[in-house]
Amino acid sequence: MAIEIEKPSSVRLSKVAISKTHGEDSPYFAGWKAYDENPYDEIHNQSGVIQMGLAENQVSFDLLEKYLEEHHEVSSWGKGAPGFRENALFQDYHGLKSFRQAMANFMEQIRGGKAKFDPDRIVLTAGATAANELLTFILADPGDALLVPTPYYPGFDRDLRWRTGVKIVPIHCNSSNNFQITPEALEAAYQSAESMDLKVRGILITNPSNPLGSTIQSSVLNDILDFAAHKNIHLVSDEIYSGSTFSPSEFVSIAEILRNRNYKDAERVHIVYSLSKDLGLPGFRVGTIYSYNDDVVTTARRMSSFTLISSQTQHLLACMLSNHEFTQNYIKTNRERLNKRYDMIIQGLKKAGIECLKGNAGLFCWMNLSPLLNEPTRQGELELWNIILNQVKLNISPGSSCHCSEPGWFRVCFANMSEQTLRVALQRIHKFMEQRKVCSVNQ
Amino acid sequence: MVAMSKIATGNGHGENSPYFDGWKAYETNPFHPTERPEGVIQMGLAENQLCFNLIKNWLIKHPEASLCTPQGVNKFKETALFQDYHGMPEFRQAVAKFMGKVRGDRVKFDPDRIVMSGGATGAHEMVAFCLADPGEAFLVPTPYYPGFDRDLKWRTGVELVPVNCESCNNFKITRNALEAAYVKVQEANLRVKGLLITNPSNPLGTVLDRDTLKSMVRFINDKNIHLIGDEIYASTVFMEPEFVSISEIIEEEDVECNRDLIHIVYSLSKDMGFPGFRVGIVYSYNDSVVSCARKMSSFGLVSSQTQHLIASMLSDDEFVNNFITESKELLFNRHKYFTWSLSQVGIGCLKGNAGLFIWMDLRKLLKEETFAAEMELWRVITNEVKLNVSPGSSFHCQEPGWFRVCFANMDDYTMKVALLRIRTFMLKNNEAMVPLKLCRPSSLKLSLSRSLSRRM
Repeated sequence: MAIEIEKPSSVRLSKVAISKTHGEDSPYFAGWKAYDENPYDEIHNQSGVIQMGLAENQVSFDLLEKYLEEHHEVSSWGKGAPGFRENALFQDYHGLKSFRQAMANFMEQIRGGKAKFDPDRIVLTAGATAANELLTFILADPGDALLVPTPYYPGFDRDLRWRTGVKIVPIHCNSSNNFQITPEALEAAYQSAESMDLKVRGILITNPSNPLGSTIQSSVLNDILDFAAHKNIHLVSDEIYSGSTFSPSEFVSIAEILRNRNYKDAERVHIVYSLSKDLGLPGFRVGTIYSYNDDVVTTARRMSSFTLISSQTQHLLACMLSNHEFTQNYIKTNRERLNKRYDMIIQGLKKAGIECLKGNAGLFCWMNLSPLLNEPTRQGELELWNIILNQVKLNISPGSSCHCSEPGWFRVCFANMSEQTLRVALQRIHKFMEQRKVCSVNQ
Repeated sequence: MVAMSKIATGNGHGENSPYFDGWKAYETNPFHPTERPEGVIQMGLAENQLCFNLIKNWLIKHPEASLCTPQGVNKFKETALFQDYHGMPEFRQAVAKFMGKVRGDRVKFDPDRIVMSGGATGAHEMVAFCLADPGEAFLVPTPYYPGFDRDLKWRTGVELVPVNCESCNNFKITRNALEAAYVKVQEANLRVKGLLITNPSNPLGTVLDRDTLKSMVRFINDKNIHLIGDEIYASTVFMEPEFVSISEIIEEEDVECNRDLIHIVYSLSKDMGFPGFRVGIVYSYNDSVVSCARKMSSFGLVSSQTQHLIASMLSDDEFVNNFITESKELLFNRHKYFTWSLSQVGIGCLKGNAGLFIWMDLRKLLKEETFAAEMELWRVITNEVKLNVSPGSSFHCQEPGWFRVCFANMDDYTMKVALLRIRTFMLKNNEAMVPLKLCRPSSLKLSLSRSLSRRM
């Protein structure tokens, strides 16, 4: 008698594994697919898709390369490879002291000395992605909520929620006041969370803002901190773009706010930083958490075991960032170059009849295409986005993927390409806008 | 006072275990041959420091493997920008090839199934997140690496249930023990999602035999649960019997196996001696797990600078072949000298053939057969003999009196000092020793009921 052997039913993975909270189904990532399949190349593929959805900083690599060429001691390879062994064995989750010191100094320099950082409060993580997730694990329980101003970096949906089980409740901001965070919006978000029976554990702001490309004003920062203190919740300030402000005087860090109020309410404040944007080193996975709360520092340090920075990378960057002359020059030059790029794209867009939010930081601009929408809805926005992706062949990020409550806004990156490529992109936009004018005239 | 989460305020970080207490004693007074000759010698850290000369020689010959040298700096920009969570193809290919070589090329590993993680620490947590929901359980044979309590449970909410193994049969993992543990979990109304084994074993320093492996694979298939094989010590097998990987077992004809249940955790921290570089790997035969783990790896990617170095180093066939051979030889010699010296003063060990440590039997030194006595002895070893060794209880060993002693994380001189201290201690304590009660294999049933009555 033949017995049919059934293939065992596939065993279920976890709920976390099956869920879609990794967020990769968002159009934020779909556009990348179109780019991957047909990437623009200045020489070999001039009709390809130009990647303007990736907030990378490629404008200052020559400065880094020059540093390495002049400082061979940075490599662990010296005569007889001294230090390699110690470096390869170093897995202490406190991190290399010299590296933490260098990071603290670098963060101070970025803030023009207006804030001081204690190296012993620096916890290292493999990228800001890990830092944000780690802080969420520490500050909130599954089912609790964090308040996040919209529009926000799409990655937060994964970083703050996926494995932690924590929820994001948006603080709605809109163009009527340049998307600034207001006390009313904060309170509304808090109430909204309460009405859903969610316990609010903290607020997470990004300053300078991604995707807005603008810094948060001092008065607003004070309002947010006061609000957090009043509700007795945490405040996380993701300052990953702090070194990318075009003018040093325009960025105010939460660290400065605390210093000015004598560190009152400091125990609820935590800063996230990374070298992925300011130094253009996303591959090296260098993230940090800076907390004014001793318990958070201790716990975060223990948790960082899951996501330490390679000691090889710590060593390289400790050398590089301890060189005061280098960092000073880098910060200054990087700012100037980003500013120049920003001006170039804003002018180019203006010529094409497109307005952007007034920005002063970051690697992108926040472009307003709402006049072009067929209908003022998310659907209308996605339709327009599809046209820009497939016809104009630019991968830009639709505001809805950043949870913007107003349709028609797009984030456009400008620092991840050469000037020549940016010119090509602007030409395409110009042509597209011209064609639309012609079409509307003919209707 | 603003509150933190339950995960943050709880003890899930596991640092209150004696495993870490000994480290504190070491940190406050670390041994140094000239500056602190009376300091504590670290024998609680399973590091492989024996092969650095081989690696140094390779590095000097290959400056292009560094991004900082004139020969390598031309790769700096593209490497620094590379953050794709698939990982560099050259890196994955080199790691896949290395894993194959370590297994004598008896199996091939597919580079597209290699997923990065923040060390094996990150890999284990990631696998737990993929396979189990909070409150679900993994079975783990005892004794096991103390870090698992943190790695698999802390942030995931997953439970670990021990599968008890005993010295009478050299801590073999029997089908009975597996079944007993499985039933116990069900009775507690928990759901078993998988079995986690470490092969070669930490802390035992032994490899699993083919029959045991087959029996395990059959067990997990019958129960339709996952099998996670931590093979982090794969290349530290320095003598017979040969290492058999679960990757080999699933290819055997007489083994029926749903490959979707099979996952391997690996790392370069032990085999290569690079714990600082945080090179963790999850290798799964389940496509969904690969896909999910890859997305999760965003939280713990390997630095592209390190991927570049490792890709370069592990693609060098000649270097790798030589490294694997030399490494085993150095470990063999170290192990042999160490165990021989211990036997000279009447200390026995579990017969081991792998790992960076020995599983030392000090049961006859215990005042009584209890864990309290084990702790007392351990404090004496830490504070008087000034050696940081790891007490078996921190590995959830069910029998008191066993200690894990690492031997590959020091130079020859330090090892000799450590052995001299042990010798001195043993000679002093000869009168204090309780005759060892031998456990005859035929009295297996007897010892089982004895251990049940001793259970605390």
